[in-house]
Amino acid sequence: MSTRGYIVIALILAAITALEVSTYYVDFGPLFLPSLLIMMVIKFVMVVSYFMHLKFDNKLFSWLFYTGLFLAVGVYITALATFQFFLR
Amino acid sequence: MVETATHDAHATSTGLSNVKLGMWLFLGSECLLFGGLISTYMLYRGRVSDGPTPEQIYDIPFTSVSSFVLLMSSLTMVLAVSAAHKRDDRGTNLWLTVTALLGATFVGGQVYEFTAFYNEGLGFTTSLFGSSFYTLTGFHGVHVTVGIIMLLAFVAINKRSRVPGSKSESVEMIGLYWHFVDIVWIIIFTLVYLIPV
Repeated sequence: MSTRGYIVIALILAAITALEVSTYYVDFGPLFLPSLLIMMVIKFVMVVSYFMHLKFDNKLFSWLFYTGLFLAVGVYITALATFQFFLR
Repeated sequence: MVETATHDAHATSTGLSNVKLGMWLFLGSECLLFGGLISTYMLYRGRVSDGPTPEQIYDIPFTSVSSFVLLMSSLTMVLAVSAAHKRDDRGTNLWLTVTALLGATFVGGQVYEFTAFYNEGLGFTTSLFGSSFYTLTGFHGVHVTVGIIMLLAFVAINKRSRVPGSKSESVEMIGLYWHFVDIVWIIIFTLVYLIPV
């Protein structure tokens, strides 16, 4: 990937961050939570894919990382559900 | 980029660099560490028996600037990796130093934030919210600090031309670690600061 490509990715990330911060000042109504979570996931995937080069690297690296990530998400969503976190 | 990274990996059974495999495995395991800390915070953020609540104490404009600084440090880090692959020592050292400075700015902001929160009555044992908040963000701050030490140590060793093994792979490994602390902050910024209790 070229230097220009990295700068474009960084600008997109900065724009998404600005949009995230705007949710603190502007009322997004029922879209508040889903939009924040979607923006968070987009930023996460962009950094992992382009800055960490996982999109262009061997798939084994992706398997190692995403196995840990999805294991963590699964384990802790289950743990939070056990404590009735989502019913509050 | 990948060609250089796997240059030293021909002797391995996978054909991939064992160092890089180990780093990705480590980062995968770090997801479990931070997952536990974030979940604990989510459970306890509303448990305020004494002291200020999250809404009373968070300074969103300040934290937004800190987040932006850390995000931009990922750009300078990837430019350092790019320079290392081009065997541009000067560019590598420059971008690594800029990344370390941006990281130090972030950590400085965190120290300021912790001091302000403490002065406003939120100690480590004031409430379950305080304990889980300081543990989570403190662990992240320590990770950033370790990253800064790695960056500056590499620059010092590189200036003396004493980097063992593949130089570009070493920079790439530090880069992977640095980007990881950035993605953890992306999650913390949204779940901890922007989503109210």
